[in-house]
Amino acid sequence: MAKGKITPEFKIIRDMEKCVSCQVCHRVCSNDAHLYDPDAGEVTSEDSRCVGCHFCETLCPTGALTIRRNPSEIKLNALWSGRALEDITRQSSTGGVLLTGMGNDRPFPVYFDHLLLNASQVTNPSIDPLREPMELRTYLGGKPDRLEIKEGQKPEEVLKSFLSSQISLETPILFSAMSYGSISLNAVKSLAKAAREAGTLWNTGEGGLHPDLYPFGPHLVVQVASGRFGVHQEYLEAGAAIEIKIGQGAKPGIGGHLPGEKVTEQISRTRMIPEGTDALSPAPHHDIYSIEDLKQLIFALKEAVRYRKPVGVKIAAVHNVAPIASGIVRAGADFVVIDGLRGGTGAAPRVIRDHVGIPIELAISVVDQRLREEGQRNRASLIAAGGFRNSADVVKAVALGADAVYVGTAALVALGCHVCQKCYTGKCNWGIATQDPYLTKRLNPEIGARRLVNLLRAWSLEIKEMLGGMGINALESLRGNREQLRAVGLAETDMKILGVKPAGEAW
Amino acid sequence: MNREGKTFSGEVIIRAMASMHERSNGLGGGFAGYGIYPDHMDDYAFHVLYETPEARKQSEPSLEENYHLVKEEPIPTRQIDAVQNPPLVWRYFLRPRMERRISSVEAEEDFIVRTVMEINQKKTGAFIASSGKNMGIFKGVGYPEEIAEFFRLEEYRGYLWTGHGRFPTNTPGWWGGAHPFGLLDWSVVHNGEISSYGTNRRYLKNFGYDCAFYTDTEVITYLFDLLHRKHQLDFPVVAKILAAPLWDEIERMEEKDFHQFLRAVYGSALLNGPFAVIAAHNRAMVGLNDRIKLRPLVAAEWQENLYIASEESAIREVCPDPDRVWAPEAGEPVVGYLR
Repeated sequence: MAKGKITPEFKIIRDMEKCVSCQVCHRVCSNDAHLYDPDAGEVTSEDSRCVGCHFCETLCPTGALTIRRNPSEIKLNALWSGRALEDITRQSSTGGVLLTGMGNDRPFPVYFDHLLLNASQVTNPSIDPLREPMELRTYLGGKPDRLEIKEGQKPEEVLKSFLSSQISLETPILFSAMSYGSISLNAVKSLAKAAREAGTLWNTGEGGLHPDLYPFGPHLVVQVASGRFGVHQEYLEAGAAIEIKIGQGAKPGIGGHLPGEKVTEQISRTRMIPEGTDALSPAPHHDIYSIEDLKQLIFALKEAVRYRKPVGVKIAAVHNVAPIASGIVRAGADFVVIDGLRGGTGAAPRVIRDHVGIPIELAISVVDQRLREEGQRNRASLIAAGGFRNSADVVKAVALGADAVYVGTAALVALGCHVCQKCYTGKCNWGIATQDPYLTKRLNPEIGARRLVNLLRAWSLEIKEMLGGMGINALESLRGNREQLRAVGLAETDMKILGVKPAGEAW
Repeated sequence: MNREGKTFSGEVIIRAMASMHERSNGLGGGFAGYGIYPDHMDDYAFHVLYETPEARKQSEPSLEENYHLVKEEPIPTRQIDAVQNPPLVWRYFLRPRMERRISSVEAEEDFIVRTVMEINQKKTGAFIASSGKNMGIFKGVGYPEEIAEFFRLEEYRGYLWTGHGRFPTNTPGWWGGAHPFGLLDWSVVHNGEISSYGTNRRYLKNFGYDCAFYTDTEVITYLFDLLHRKHQLDFPVVAKILAAPLWDEIERMEEKDFHQFLRAVYGSALLNGPFAVIAAHNRAMVGLNDRIKLRPLVAAEWQENLYIASEESAIREVCPDPDRVWAPEAGEPVVGYLR
């Protein structure tokens, strides 16, 4: 029988009038999509190998290259789309699970795009952030309900011990967990430097902490995940906070797998596993089979750092997210991270990424509400993650009830990523999701850090503009302030869950 | 306010308010007087507005369920052209039936708060305008001087008076919605708009306060009650929470840790947006501006009298030659304590 052929996803258009056969594309493409025939002295392209990362297009000195989606079209069918057919063809030839990278790309509703912000008119003057102070400082960590000095306590010590349990951020935007292994050391360095300069935090993911990066510890969240890679006393002490990773938005209920070929000598040291062996993170923590076990881990970690650092827990947004988050707070977590349906990943089974979890907007809303109803909201900070594209998304998340947000994909895009979703291949032309020294040297950590700092600065300025428009000059007055949001085009049940009124309705 | 507790006629505040006629539009005016019921010092004086006689019939049993009735009477009024279709205004002197508390640990004040909120939230046409001891709130739809005339305010004597003229933009002008807003001894008058309303409201909900009226004044009143009465914070500290200093200022402060603590812990109680507010209870009066002073506020002293107003003209109207007049800085409270 004739085997099903997979139509190339992209078409490489080479303008022969402009191409000078300089071979730049041939040399840079890690997917070998550009071929050079020395005899003919000609560069040609192989569409089927192109992943759509646009690296060659960016570098082509004469602008001869254009990468387009392949115009080849199958018979229109609302059910049997090209992707559906292609997946079956692929699976019937390999018998394997389809892998992908980055976040969910299916057209689920993006609730942020159905929420509109308020602005002041007449009765409360809007505030111009260029002339007036505008404050984004955010304290992460559990807080008491009130100021109370008990008998026998010294007021100064109460204050000191409280403040040492908090992390102060200059902007409510943190860099998500991305491990050294899933991304290159240069990418990690870019994030670390940027976090330090911008006064925010970066996150090791499950990759451990490379020796070069210990100086960036005061701006670091160290993750403790199910594989416990790279976790040791010094590592726990190095960060500003500790995050227990239970789940991830891109793959709730699924573990991780860093293939052996990516476990280089450096990664082997950082993760504390033999070189070339697969790094398997189990789906559950094998010492956590219920909430009481999580509580033990939280307190084991707190003990390990003598209660000097906040310990948080990251979970994927799933149907029961609100009660789970509430349990986590009661188990002693100082912050809870909720990673939504659109959260990114270096590698995940596509069927999981595309079909498991719930959108982050709804998750923020129900978790914030639930914690308030149970009188637990002050006990822990709420960090939202998963698909934040711009400063408006951040503002809306804070208004729904988040204390801060994690950005992963947006940070990688700042470093060059074109979201081609092929992170799992290790061939990232941009030098981000790869360990190939030929590719990683393309990413200069100094320049990368500058671009990330620029991004945070730009978003922070925009957030200030939006706050000023609302007549608010401190971010804490937006937190959970759903009165500043109105919904367009949402069903009544959506609005009820989000706790927002329809556009057009006054206070 | 007379800090020695000497009483004076309501006529003083009426004149002060009338001089600021232009600031309101006739859709709300009101006053709070303290020390006006010396014969009932230990009873809770409830001022209640009833839309209809039926509303009174419906609501009185639930009052009597929770309170011993010492005295009840209509509040004396006079008919004037400017005040059309007034509600029935009634006052009760009450003592709580302590056996009706939810539990033995419920404080007397919390019992009052809960039962007052229950009636006000049912919205059956009854609205408790004030519920403190030896004080009362007189308010309605009209210019302040008209409301004063209606309530015969010049016949009362008190040691502390506050007044307000309204120009509503957010909620409609109705009798209950006029300022001052009252709860227990508290009365709050407020010029401004709170952009952090949504945050403050949900924060208060954590502590059992249900904001039913969608007014900024309600939120401010509950915040004062929470922070001062329940959390036992002094007014200067309360001011640093409601109109928190900027981080830049905190960095330079000697008590830096303390102020960082306040902002981190009480961030949701920050009142953001333009406001000038005067909160009063039986023993004190506090004037406060927002953190970047987006509304006018002037204070003055003359002998043992303390004056706080939106305009200096209102003060000079009743005190032509004060010892000291000043414009308080953003977030700097003016506190007058009863000696």
